[in-house]
Amino acid sequence: MDSTIVLFLVQDAVINGAIYALVAIALVLVFAVTRVILVPQGEFVAFAGLTVAALEAGRVPPTLWLLVALGFLAAISSIVWHWREMNGTRFLKVIASTIMVPLILIAVTKFIAPLKLGLAANTILTLLLVVPMGPLIYRIAFEPLAEASVLVLLIASFGVYLSLVGLGLAFFGPEGVRTAALSDASFTAGALIITGQSVAVIVVTLVLLAGLALFFGLTLTGKALRACASNRLGARLVGIPTSVAGQVAFGMAALIGAVSGILITPITAIYYDSGFLIGLKGFVAAIVGGLASYTITALAALGVGLVESFSSFWWSTYKEVLVFTIILPVLVWRSLRSSHLEDEE
Amino acid sequence: MSEALLSVADMHVSYGRVEAVHGVSLDVPKASIVTVIGANGAGKTTLLNAIMGVMKGKGSIEFDGRPVADLSLEARVADGLCLVPERRELFASMPVEDNLLLGGFRRSRSERSQALAETYARFPRLQERRRQLAGTLSGGERQMLAMGRALMARPRLLMLDEPSLGLAPRIVRDVFHIITALKDAGVSILLIEQNARAALQIASYAYVLELGRVTAAGTSAEITDNPRLVESYLGLGGASY
Ligand SMILES: Nc1ncnc2c1ncn2[C@@H]1O[C@H](COP(=O)(O)OP(=O)(O)O)[C@@H](O)[C@H]1O
Ligand SMILES: [Mg+2]
Repeated sequence: MDSTIVLFLVQDAVINGAIYALVAIALVLVFAVTRVILVPQGEFVAFAGLTVAALEAGRVPPTLWLLVALGFLAAISSIVWHWREMNGTRFLKVIASTIMVPLILIAVTKFIAPLKLGLAANTILTLLLVVPMGPLIYRIAFEPLAEASVLVLLIASFGVYLSLVGLGLAFFGPEGVRTAALSDASFTAGALIITGQSVAVIVVTLVLLAGLALFFGLTLTGKALRACASNRLGARLVGIPTSVAGQVAFGMAALIGAVSGILITPITAIYYDSGFLIGLKGFVAAIVGGLASYTITALAALGVGLVESFSSFWWSTYKEVLVFTIILPVLVWRSLRSSHLEDEE
Repeated sequence: MSEALLSVADMHVSYGRVEAVHGVSLDVPKASIVTVIGANGAGKTTLLNAIMGVMKGKGSIEFDGRPVADLSLEARVADGLCLVPERRELFASMPVEDNLLLGGFRRSRSERSQALAETYARFPRLQERRRQLAGTLSGGERQMLAMGRALMARPRLLMLDEPSLGLAPRIVRDVFHIITALKDAGVSILLIEQNARAALQIASYAYVLELGRVTAAGTSAEITDNPRLVESYLGLGGASY
């Protein structure tokens, strides 16, 4: 293997690693705030890819109907669980956020989709359609379980994952999609060809990570989310509404997932169920970071990308096996020092 | 008693099927210190958690004349109730200043920065430590931070769950001075203590909680003069103020 191949594999690893880093960071974020291991994180990636592909083709994306379905379920869930506190204003709020918003988005999308307005418009519309799914899913499945154990939340999370894959198949069908590259530019560095697409992936990832760091470090909302992660009872005692914090965390996860989806669909074909493997690789990185450290998680995601791209060169049949084998030594190491994790006040 | 800010009537609180608080009633008048004393396991923390809304209880709670028993914890905070819990529940992985700022989460930005200045004036120690992580503070500093964080919300009723727990006598004295100063500044205080002697010195009215029931109530002087109570709570041991 010569240095050109090494460089090529590294470039491949960095691009995939960036996507896994985004998925992994979203998993850490959601876990820290809500203690939910968000199994369906990859679904946001897949749904965004499928949405942006439909828009690129000038079709109305079926994401709309998925959003309406989720909105309807969230309305029922909110009304049932908050029955005792329901009054006129609250009811209107529930209906506005779960039913009206999707309906407005339907109208906008139906109008805009056939116009083929290009990448920027497609990106914005995709975000508008995918991001609200995060808070809606939280309201349907996890808000009622806020006091449940991590295990119960994990089971619920698998349930949500299975339903989303089923709905994904029903709404999007089994065909895969691929979109045009985000940028046609490319340049050479020595023997290596660097595409505009790879640059776009890396720049957008870095911008997003920097934005998250600023949000958590500087804004009161970001600090309130960290407070929920640090001490849930303490957060409630200072009046941070933990269910709103949960919705914000899920919305951010959906946003990060949607951006990853838009970045990755020009590189690999995306199917309704492509989210699983992407999510699982992000999960490996998140576990290495102990579901807590953003920096270690991002570096671990890069490591996952490297293992994957080099093993696909040498040992392609087993590349997935190899990636998931990384998790075993990490789990052993984690369990050996788990006693230290428990006494965090 | 003058007009009550907090009025709790016939409060029952259970853990699963086991009832820990059996029909407790108490009043906290405006701008005064009321204390609930009782041995370990008497149900003091349970009672306070139910008043704050951390736990569900059965019974009526009126705050400033309005029933709040059906309100969520967040709504009670917004109304001006505030609890400094027994375990402090600080944000250990965040700096002191962020802990304080989050205490004023429900306030506007300007109210928050003003409250921060006042809190630093009241607890100069916290200002010295403002960049330090809350988890690295000493026990006394943690109690100061917990109280400072609570005051950032500008509560009308401050409930303190054993603020002297685990603190050296000199620091207990500081904490109790601060509690008195808060009352003088117009905050009503419901003080839960095992350190009965110290609590009775600053409170105007006291309830004695035994096995989940109020077994005696009266002005601090009346409680201090009750021979049985003196023997149980003020006699042997117990750090004095
Ligand atoms: N989480 C819990 N589950 C079951 N019982 C509890 C729990 N916490 C406290 N208790 C019981 O409730 C009673 C009152 O406890 P607590 O309110 O903590 O007392 P205090 O604060 O006065 O020391 C005790 O008998 C205690 O054993
Ligand atoms: Mg207690």
